[in-house]
Amino acid sequence: MTEQAAPAANGDILVAERVSKIFGGLVAVNDVSFAIPRRSIVSIIGPNGAGKTTFFNMLTGLYKPSTGRIVFDDRDVTRSRPDLITKAGVARTFQNIRLFATMTALENVMVGQHARMKAGIFGSIFRPPRVRKEETRVTEHAREMLKFVGLRDRVHEQLAINLSYGDQRRVEIARALASGPTLLLLDEPTAGMNPQESARLTDFMIRLRDELDLSILLIEHDMKVVMGVSQRVTVLDHGEKIAEGDPQEVRANPAVVEAYLGKQG
Amino acid sequence: MAVATDKAPTRRYGIALPPWFSRVAAITLIMIAAVLPLFFTQSSNFIDDTTLALAYVVMALGLNVVVGFAGLLDLGYVAFFAIGAYTTGWFSSGFYADANVHVAVSSFQSHLPGIHLNWLFVVVIAMVLCAVAGVIIGLPTLRLRGDYIAIVTLAFGEIVRVFALKGDEVNVAGHPLTAGRQGITPIDGISIAGNQPFNQLDLRPWYWTALVMVLIVLFCNIRLRDSRLGRAWVAIREDEVAAASMGVPLVKTKLLSYATGAAFGGASGAFLGAYLNTVNADQFQFAFSIFILAMIILGGLGSIWGVVLGAVTLSYINYRLIPDVLNDVPQKLGLDFQLSDIGFGIFGFLLVIMMVLRPQGLLPERRRELELEEGIGADDQFVQVQA
Repeated sequence: MTEQAAPAANGDILVAERVSKIFGGLVAVNDVSFAIPRRSIVSIIGPNGAGKTTFFNMLTGLYKPSTGRIVFDDRDVTRSRPDLITKAGVARTFQNIRLFATMTALENVMVGQHARMKAGIFGSIFRPPRVRKEETRVTEHAREMLKFVGLRDRVHEQLAINLSYGDQRRVEIARALASGPTLLLLDEPTAGMNPQESARLTDFMIRLRDELDLSILLIEHDMKVVMGVSQRVTVLDHGEKIAEGDPQEVRANPAVVEAYLGKQG
Repeated sequence: MAVATDKAPTRRYGIALPPWFSRVAAITLIMIAAVLPLFFTQSSNFIDDTTLALAYVVMALGLNVVVGFAGLLDLGYVAFFAIGAYTTGWFSSGFYADANVHVAVSSFQSHLPGIHLNWLFVVVIAMVLCAVAGVIIGLPTLRLRGDYIAIVTLAFGEIVRVFALKGDEVNVAGHPLTAGRQGITPIDGISIAGNQPFNQLDLRPWYWTALVMVLIVLFCNIRLRDSRLGRAWVAIREDEVAAASMGVPLVKTKLLSYATGAAFGGASGAFLGAYLNTVNADQFQFAFSIFILAMIILGGLGSIWGVVLGAVTLSYINYRLIPDVLNDVPQKLGLDFQLSDIGFGIFGFLLVIMMVLRPQGLLPERRRELELEEGIGADDQFVQVQA
């Protein structure tokens, strides 16, 4: 059962109301209500297989919820297509990096701006001044984004597959940022990072919130990162929300401890 | 490196080429191609073969948009050859003899019965019809991947062939759709500005027409590759889920690639209909789709110049080398068959050799080269977009 009713929509960038996802007989996400306040960083945690990524995929339109409603920026996006949700202002990264491997870092970030561009098929062929300008603007913006995530010029023209793991993570974030989101979903961004890198990413997320006015939803296993940046933490287990609150509350919640460590004594 | 990146030499195949090299090479090649027929007699076999080769280059470049750029394996490409050719058959011959429609044709053609449109109109109509057909073939494949797309498109090609074959019994407003095996013939020679229509005695104008088509389609291909749309196609080829999550509308972008590829195929079909002077059902075999696909695989999937090379190579082998040059080799060796009997066997053999020695094609696209060498894109895609 949900412990709290869904908060009023006004202050929230995204509201999910009683969302469920059923695959055949498997209930992956069960009746989860959830909200993300504007300009905040909130986290979803939970053991493996708790339904975190499934929930993510519903928010971004890759899965259609079986029941429930998702409202982004006061618009119902429950059954919307992924590209339209991106256009509306939700951007994401993936748990296992999904860059376009044989495109350069720059091209990857340019694809991120697809929804913000207009050139159609005839525009692409005849390339009138309007399209030329758009290409220049998009290229420059892509370079800015790559610099913003800390990638030097030298790296921009390299194929994504040839980049180091950490740089690939950065390109993926740059690609997501390039679409001009108001809400950024990060799916285990620190996976495979050492503590120093994780700490840098934590600072970076705070910078994103403060400088770009973004809201961030984080799925994360690294508790240090989660406790360090989150205003609010939601815990999923077996597809159900078992706890929600600020990091201290969640840490002390016996249900959470049990989900992670099993029943004590 | 403090040097601006666009000044840096492009490094490929281990040799550094100066930036102007490819441009100069392209211009030289086009100039040579333009004056080439002047060195041969007006109706020489060489011009005949080369004209066909050029028409096939247009076909292959069209299919390359679908298979090479967007990664959608289309095995029914012959359908667009058929639709393009039939457009020429319908709108520039005496097939519908009781209609008397003449639009901007030469004075000779304007006295013939039937529908006779200026060939430029015919090409435009063919491209539009094919683009529509391309969308129709694309729609049922939208939720499919890889092999399944191939099967659906293959079936589509067969449907169009059967329509062509049995079209003499299909009546549209009292008129047959096609002439079946018999073929619609003769077809008007191309006459663009009211000039004497092209004929089979002087093949040079045909050649130049085909060359102009190749240049236009090349231009379109290059522009598309380096555009918002081209990037979106490659993104879909690389990772559909990520592309959709980055704001690329899958349905629209895929359908655009089908429509674009089909339109180029239709233009080439409209040309071939007129050039071959007949449109009959036996031209539209499944083998044709494979022939074009083999061209782009041989040249290098997705690589524009590779596709041009592959198309020219295979059509020369098919129309020159096998039937004219090497045809009696088996007989000289005491074998009782002609080389042209085993034409497709030879293509198959070539492709196998190619896959073993140089799977990325003759002039590979940089991206594909990586895919084959490093096995990118082979991992499972566990999430599927529910469109």
